[in-house]
Formats: sequence, C-alpha cells, structure tokens
Amino acid sequence: MPALPSPPPPTDDTRWQLVDRVMQRLDYQPSALIETLHAAQDAFGFLDKTTLGYIAARLHLPPAKVFGVVTFYNHFTLQPKGEHTLAVCTGTACHLKGKDRVLSWMKERYHLVPGETTADNKLSLVEVRCVGACALAPVMLTDNTPIGKKTFEEATTIIKEWLGDES
Amino acid sequence: MNREELKNLADEHSRHLEGFTHHILVCAGLGCPDNEAIIAGLRRVVAEQHLDKQVLVRKAGCMGLCALGPIVLIQPGEITYHNVHPGDAEEIVAALGKEPVPRLLLSEDLPFFTRQYKNVLALSGRIDPESIEDYIAAGGYGSLLGVLTTMRPADVIRTVQESGLRGRGGAGYPTGLKWATVAKALGEKKFIICNGDEGDPGAFMDRSILESTPHAVLEGMIIAAYAVGANRGYIYVRAEYPLAVKRLQRAIHEAERKNLLGHAICGTSFDLTLQLRLGAGAFVCGEETALIASVEGRRGSPRPRPPYPAGKGLWGCPTLINNVETYANIAPIIRCGAEWFASIGTEQSKGTKVFALTGKIHNAGLVEVPMGMPLREIIFEIGGGIPDGHTFKGVQTGGPSGGCIPEEFLDAPVSYESLSALGSIMGSGGMIVIDETSSMIDVVKYFMEFCMEESCGKCAPCRTGTVQIHRLLTRFQERQATADDLAMLEELCDLLKSASLCGLGQSAPNPVLSSLRYFRQEYLDRMIPADTPGEANS
Amino acid sequence: MSDTILTLTIDGQPVSGLATETILQIARENKIDIPTLCYLEGLSAVGSCRLCMVEIEGSPKLHPACVTLIQEGMVVTTQTERLQGYRRNIVQLLFAERNHVCSVCVSNGHCELQELAHKLGVDHIAFPGCYPELEVDASHRRFVLDHNRCVLCTRCVRVCAEIEGAHTWDVKNRGMRSRIVADLDTPWGDSATCTGCGKCVHVCPTGALSEKGKSVAEMLKKRPSLPYLVANRTEERQ
Repeated sequence: MPALPSPPPPTDDTRWQLVDRVMQRLDYQPSALIETLHAAQDAFGFLDKTTLGYIAARLHLPPAKVFGVVTFYNHFTLQPKGEHTLAVCTGTACHLKGKDRVLSWMKERYHLVPGETTADNKLSLVEVRCVGACALAPVMLTDNTPIGKKTFEEATTIIKEWLGDES
Repeated sequence: MNREELKNLADEHSRHLEGFTHHILVCAGLGCPDNEAIIAGLRRVVAEQHLDKQVLVRKAGCMGLCALGPIVLIQPGEITYHNVHPGDAEEIVAALGKEPVPRLLLSEDLPFFTRQYKNVLALSGRIDPESIEDYIAAGGYGSLLGVLTTMRPADVIRTVQESGLRGRGGAGYPTGLKWATVAKALGEKKFIICNGDEGDPGAFMDRSILESTPHAVLEGMIIAAYAVGANRGYIYVRAEYPLAVKRLQRAIHEAERKNLLGHAICGTSFDLTLQLRLGAGAFVCGEETALIASVEGRRGSPRPRPPYPAGKGLWGCPTLINNVETYANIAPIIRCGAEWFASIGTEQSKGTKVFALTGKIHNAGLVEVPMGMPLREIIFEIGGGIPDGHTFKGVQTGGPSGGCIPEEFLDAPVSYESLSALGSIMGSGGMIVIDETSSMIDVVKYFMEFCMEESCGKCAPCRTGTVQIHRLLTRFQERQATADDLAMLEELCDLLKSASLCGLGQSAPNPVLSSLRYFRQEYLDRMIPADTPGEANS
Repeated sequence: MSDTILTLTIDGQPVSGLATETILQIARENKIDIPTLCYLEGLSAVGSCRLCMVEIEGSPKLHPACVTLIQEGMVVTTQTERLQGYRRNIVQLLFAERNHVCSVCVSNGHCELQELAHKLGVDHIAFPGCYPELEVDASHRRFVLDHNRCVLCTRCVRVCAEIEGAHTWDVKNRGMRSRIVADLDTPWGDSATCTGCGKCVHVCPTGALSEKGKSVAEMLKKRPSLPYLVANRTEERQ
C-alpha cells in the first residue's frame, strides 16, 4: 500500500511537538487516538477542530470517527476553559453530604451552572465523576487540588479571591 | 535479576532502613490533603535537630482511616497520629522514643485496626509507594521470582484455581478459570489487561491500591502474563486518578530497570511489556469489551458477548482482563499458598475483600476484612457506626449496579452469594452508608441519573429506558406518581435487566428493584391517593 | 469445523445450518419471522436494537438472534408473550425518544419502525415523549438528514464505512445525547469525505435519511443489495 501523505502541524506552535511525540511513540497506529487526544488537550487546554483534523489526518483516521471518540468521553472538551477551574465531585458520598450547596451558591451569586465559564473568563465550573476521595466528601477541586471536609467555606473563599469578589 | 540478587537487594535495603532508630511514615494518598507540607515540616525539624541519621521521614501509601487524616505512623511502636497538621512536626519529633503526643494519638485497640485482616493492604501505609527497594525489602517480587524459576504456567494456574479467588471487579468470576481459558485459547499473540477504570462513584479501593502498592499490582500482572502466555499488556487507569497514574508510571519504569519487566525477565525467556492507558471519563469502560474498545482507541461501546475476551479480545487476540484488586491478590497467594487463601472466607467466597466505607459513617475510609464478616461488624464496629446521633437506614453495595441493604439484614455475611441473595451485589467494594435523613427515592434517582448519563447509547433499552425510569422516579420524588407509574417502573426495570446489551444496562435497575423490595413504603407514600385523581394536575 | 452441519429447533420446527450461521439467518431461511431493526444483511451485526432477542432452552438469559451462533440441539423460542412484551416496549421507547410523527413523515407507509409497531400491535405509546429539539441537516445537494426520525440503528454508519469505504458518518456524544454525525460535525453538504453515493439513505429504516424533494410518504427506499456488493467486492480482491 502506498504511504498516505502526512500533513505538517497546522501552526509552528511548539506545543504540536508534544502531540507529535505521542503519535510517534505509538507508531501512528489508530489505537493511539485517545492517548494523542490526552496529549493535545494537555498541551492546548481544549480540542478544537483544527487539532482534531490534524490528528485524524496524521493517524489516517476518518474525521467522523475522531469526532465520535472525542465526544464520547467526558474528559475531553471542545471549549476552552477559564483561567481557574472549580470542579465539584458528583460521587455518591458527595451527593449524600451536600455537594449541591456550593452549586446553588455559585448559581445564586454568579449565575454559573456546571459546564459554564464566567464572562470575564476567570472561572469555569465543572462537575466531575467521583475522584475517589470519598472520606473527604463533599469534595471539590480548585485547579485540580482537592479540598475537603470544611469544603464550603474554603471553596467560597478561594472563588471570591479568584474573581476579585470582596463582598 | 535472579533470586540471589533479589535477596541481596532486599537485605541491603533492609539494613539501610534498620539503620534508623525511628521511622515516620506519612500517608501521601489523595485522601490525606496537605501531606506534602507535613512531610516537608517533619524533614525540616529532623534536619534542624541533626537527627538525619536516626530518623527517617517517608511518604507512605494509604493507612485506611481517611476520615481522620492526615495520618502519620511512627515505627517502632505502631504509634498512629490522626488529623496531623504541618505545625505538629516539632511535637511529633520531640515525642520520638518518649510518650506519644496524646492530642494526636489514636488508640491501637480501635476495632478499626484490630478487626481488619490485611492481605492486599498489608503493605499499604507501610512502604514508600515510589520505591521499588521498599517493596522488595518487604518481600516483594519474591513470588514472581519463585514462579519464574520453579513453576510451570499450568502450576500457577492450578494454584490460583485452588485458592478459589474470584474476580474483585464485581461479577466474581473465578479467576483461575479465566486464566485457564486464556491459556488454552489458540493464538500466537495474547494480551493481558488490568482494569483500573474504577468508575463506581463512592468506591476508591483500586485508586488506593494503585497509589499505595503499585508494584503489588505489577507483580500480579507479570505472574498472570506468564501463566497465560501473554507478552504485552495494558493498565487502564481513570484519568481522574492522576496520582495513581504517576506512581504506576514510575513503578513500571523501575521494574523495567530492574529487569522485572521487559525483555528476558530475570534471565528467563519470558518477555512482557506493560503500558499505561488513560481512561477519559466513561463509566461504561469498566465493562470489559468497552474497555478493550477504549484501549484500541475507539468509542467505549460494549459489544455482545460471546465471543468473550478470553478467546477474542484486544485486536481479536485472546486477552486476560482482571481488576486491580484481583491482581494484587496474586503474589500473596503464590507466597502463602492456595490452602492459606482458601482457608479465609466462606465456602464460595474465599480470601479477603477491600471495601471503601463512605457516606454517613464515622470511620470513612478503606478497610479489608475476611469474606463472611457480617455487614453489622463492618459498619458498626470497624466503621464506628453513624455519626451525629443519626440512625442507620441502609447500606448501598455495588454502587449504581447494586442495591441497598436495610437494617434487618445487617447480620448477613459479606460474600458474593449472600449479597446477591439480598438483591444487591458485591460489586467492586463500595459501601455507602445511608442514614434516616436521606430519602431512598433520592438516592435511587441519583444512581439512575448516573446510569442515564453514562449509558453509551448503543442499545435501545438502556439508552431510552434509563431516561424513562429517571422520569418516573422524578414523579415519585415530586409526589406526582400514580399506580400506573409504579407498574410502568417495574416493567421497565424488567426490560432493562433482561434485554440490555451489557452489564451497565442490565444492572442499572438494581437500585430501583432493591429499594422497591425493602423500602416500598417510601414509593407508596409518594403516590397520589387513588381517590383524589384531581391532584395530578395541581 | 465451519462446514459442520448442526440441527436445532426454532419455534418447534426442526431446522439445520452451518456452525458459522446465526439463529437469525437460519430462522429467516426457514420463514420464521424475528423482528429486527439494526440488523441488515450484508452489514456487520451489532446487536444493539435488542428486538431480535430470543429464548434458548436451558439459558436463563435472552439472546440476540442476529449475533448468536447456532449450536447442536439448541431449542429456540422466538415468539413468547414475554419477548413480544419486551419488543413492544422497545418500539414504544424508540417512538418516545424522538419526534416520530408518522403522518407528516416522508417515509410514512414505508418505514420499518412503523411496520414493527403494526406487527407488534403497538397502537399507542405508553411513555411520554421526550420531544427533543433536533436539527434537520439539509445542506447536502441531494439528501436530507432529519435527526427527529433517527433511531440510532447505525446502518448508515456501517454501510458508509464497510461498503462504501468513506466513513463519513459516525455517532457523536453518548447515551440519550447520541447523534449521527458527519466528519467533524460538519454540515453534510460540506463533508469532504462523502461520495454522495446515497447508500446511507437507502439503508435507513426510517425517514431520518431521505432524498430531497420528497413529500409525505413519497420516500421509497431501494435497499441496495449489500450481500451482492460484498460478494462481488470479495471476488475482485481475490
């Protein structure tokens, strides 16, 4: 079979090297797709269509298949995130121990619901599946750092700080 | 590395460790926040007081009692401190060899410590998860060397079969039988997979095992690969567990450097390469055919079985898939023998099981008990009962695929057979305690919402049925349900159980069915009384 | 092994087949009707609609006939009240999932979902409709994709990938949010991979894929003879 052409990265941004390295390590096999998407999201923060198109072409995968995979998994996002992220764990223990409290506070105070980012792009609110720190329930992660037990006060203080909210 | 070299390495490292008069082990698991600051604080104090030669401050794996974390263990003396703050460092160091700090001290006699039987968790919290030398000094990789030098693959399989070990991922399939099937399957290439996609919300056994003793999982996998004849393998771990991923990566790298993994392992003709694969947030990938699809880089949709992965798995090749805890049981079985393992537990459920105790319970954390222990003992003695003066209502085992067991059955022993007779399942080991403040309908609706969101969408009953069941539960929650709704709820549960393609859909109705069995009155109380039909529209 | 002839019983009728054949194939050969929706001869079987579930004596579970290979001495039942009840519920669930309004549908009268409902005696939908707000992609010059009528059988995805080799279609999202998608969520008309062959339109069981310009009940589908295409292609390759 003649070798299919392999396109160069869409821009000269050096972060593409991180993506290329993963594909190369996995020998450009179709099975490298999910690992490559992880690398691309780690590098760029999210996955846009240019990125997906490039990965599809490089791994010789149909674009539809790539899009199907990206949208199947919760971890991948097609939208850029804000400067900071508050992740609220939706595990069972967190549900029983009142994860809703901080969500209602966010909604009331900043009109923010999970999946959204503030207009000034400072803060994204997301829900995550059980992070496995159930003894600390309800668990929240501020920029990937778990806080627990006394969570509500801790979380609201950090959020106010991020948003420059002094009230 | 051969047996002698392994022994030398173990001896040398033991001597190094024994050179210190005191060991301070700090739990560095996800459940103990601030542990880095505590370690840094302790190290600083030790350095300031020029105790570097006498006192060794080490990070360790999970010690189980997450509710009272951060936990610090002092050896010798088995002194356990709880709720430690970085500021406590000076006091802790000053008390070494003297009276322990009373403010922080946990009694050794707590049932939480005395009633457990640690097998899989035996080294958890006792060694540095990031040090292969620590694991080897504790006897690690001894089973592997023994297997490679003295046992044929068939002997290994027979040992595992005789131990009676059953899969710890949830379904409880006999591990030895699975191994024997893969070993017999025809195919030049065979694969081995470790299922670390612990998606059951409220369960964290696998996270903790991977974070605390990653080498124990690797050792089990290497032995398994040797037994079934696999030369390549994957460890599939949730992306939500970054610390477990980091430690596994390091463990694989260290094992490779010590020739315990890779080409010609320990000078034998056996090769095995292991790679990590990150999950990307899909509960259904815990189902083995979905997990395989995900490792292949595809959407994690399950496919009908048969063919089973043992015959046709990854890229159509025979594939052995076991869960993290299952692999972690292998090295102890080889080391202590099948009879030892089979002597623990019940007739049909052998060995020990790790449970994640959470919810409305005092001692939330990780426990390991022999199979057959009554639920009451786990919850009220080890777990310390229900806090804040509340009363026990039920315990959910098996998460969204399991059921809720009420007070009257708390004397049932934990085993695959008794939990399934009670309409629940063993599951992977999540145990969520519910008190009287929670409505069962709310809990069940939470699980149904989870299944609805996590359904892959491939098969019609699960994709569409979970939506309708969730809607019906909402009607009960809002006290708008009718007798027809109750009938429809039961009909749909039966449909999903019987007709769904994979385990997710087939078990999604379990929480509903079990609550209908034990807490039916809560449903009836939330129905519109038959003689006032007009309220339906109010 | 594969040329071994096995005998079995389906609905009391003694039948025989090769070890490589499925219950569905043998049933159809013997004029025993088992309802299907996602299955189409010539495409890979995915066992996802769950309408062809049958009972096998000695097994507590139900088995999808389209992917279950026959075995010697198997006793299969395809039409019990329990099975028919499940089938009726699945069809109703599919109707309730999207906006299937037969009276204004291009496929009215020629729709497999509608036929299934007739055959199974589904005369009303017990479940409240979800009424999702769904798009209609009419960007293609000759064809239309109406998500309101889609049952996610994935025949279009499979015919495009397996027979045409274009793999224009796939499924995006998951669960109830699953949708058929072209390329990178590209409007069909702008798809770089679509060859415009129309096979997807003709394998679609409902009015989800249709030719432009067709009015109510006018969309008659000409199922391409996939087994013939597959056989010819295999010959070519040899």
